[in-house]
Amino acid sequence: MSSTDESSLTASHKLEYSYKRSLGPVLSRFFTGIRDRQLLGAKRADGTVMVPPKEYDPDTAAALDELVPVGPGGIVKSWAWVSEPRRQQPKDHPFAYALIQLDGADTPFLHVVDTNDEAAMKTGMRVTATWADEATGAITDITFVPEDAR
Amino acid sequence: MRDVAVVAFSQSPSVRRETDCNEVEILIPVIHELRTNAGITNEDVDFVCSGSSDYLAGQSFAFVSGLDAVGAWPPVCESHVEMDGAWALYEAWVKIQMGYAELALVYGFGKPSMGDLPLTMALQLDPYSVMPLWPDAVSIAALQARLLLDDGVVSERDMAEVAVRDRANAKQNPYAQVKGDFSVDQILADPYLVSPLRKHDCSPISDGASAILLAAGDRAKDLCKRPAWIRGIEHICEPQDLGVRDLKRSRSTEIAAEKAGVRAGKIDVAELSAPFTHQEILVERALGLGSETSINPSGGALAGNPIMAVSADRAVAHATSGPCLQQNLICVLEG
Repeated sequence: MSSTDESSLTASHKLEYSYKRSLGPVLSRFFTGIRDRQLLGAKRADGTVMVPPKEYDPDTAAALDELVPVGPGGIVKSWAWVSEPRRQQPKDHPFAYALIQLDGADTPFLHVVDTNDEAAMKTGMRVTATWADEATGAITDITFVPEDAR
Repeated sequence: MRDVAVVAFSQSPSVRRETDCNEVEILIPVIHELRTNAGITNEDVDFVCSGSSDYLAGQSFAFVSGLDAVGAWPPVCESHVEMDGAWALYEAWVKIQMGYAELALVYGFGKPSMGDLPLTMALQLDPYSVMPLWPDAVSIAALQARLLLDDGVVSERDMAEVAVRDRANAKQNPYAQVKGDFSVDQILADPYLVSPLRKHDCSPISDGASAILLAAGDRAKDLCKRPAWIRGIEHICEPQDLGVRDLKRSRSTEIAAEKAGVRAGKIDVAELSAPFTHQEILVERALGLGSETSINPSGGALAGNPIMAVSADRAVAHATSGPCLQQNLICVLEG
């Protein structure tokens, strides 16, 4: 069969999962909150708040369903400076991954701090969340910047 | 409890990039050497268990092809863990304890050079709240290192000393990848890779394979003059979220060491498989090791593929999985 034979059958193929997965009752609210520009944490039995929230307490396995507002400001507890970002990573210029403890939360969580240079990073510095112009309800909707840079 | 021992061990050299062999071809001489050294054939083995990660090959069920190195005849009773080979060893040990096997062949293999390993490791993180940010394995370890440095739990010099020790020890290990004499001041002058980690703080990326033969009771004595008896083996996992863990110590190593009986006697040799210098310090402290213990005579993970220690009276072997020492396995051997 010649390659110019127009009678050849063709079919399009898209490589994908043909199902959707629910985020469940807790993470759904967390990501809907991000879409609505509101960060949420889960209140645990001991009164502490963990971010991101989980359906079950990692220590006691108790179900968690009370979500409380946290942030958008917070404190950098640790940070790593990425001087040569990979293509998949969230910034195309040097940035920091950081463990950020949001105001009202008792556990830090991993996110990105966008500063112009490493000298601007410091453990204990205050940062605040900024949102993409169009929030889709994903963890990548937000990025953190130094509070005094706003 | 049944007495179970390591009766044979073999490994390939750790190399940065194996260009001529695929995973099966790396494994074939390792498995062959193991069987030859132990004087056994395929018919003698009644359980086979392997540890590897399909994410390295980028292909589902890639581990199945690894079995070609063992041989498909006679039919084998077989299992696989998507983990380091140390956890395959644990499964084989359980199988023998349950009375379902007398002689088990365990192997682990990996060829991470086919991809970008630090980025591939991001796929083990929470798929919704963490992984979309693509934090690579070096960055995640760097977050832990800075916590330790800020609190004075370790210093950059402590970390460099670990690298110097392991690389010097590795000179005696023909299978190690990174070895030689370095000075602490010299490597501390290097630039940061991902601040606060320098290149010497990170284990090399290694292609390689290893295999172990486990035998029960008298079978072990028949096969080996000096079997390394497993006197304790335990693995413990911490929560997935970095934020809820105490990253300044390795609690899971402490618990596993307690349950495996590490402190029940003097430890002559310890082989720690921690992929970053600060993590090796945390594991060493969690095990309570002192000056009477020779640590990482092979060079450990910082020099290449870790090996099981089988040449001392009483040795402890360690393996880890997940980010920042999330899961740890401790094995106490006597022989």
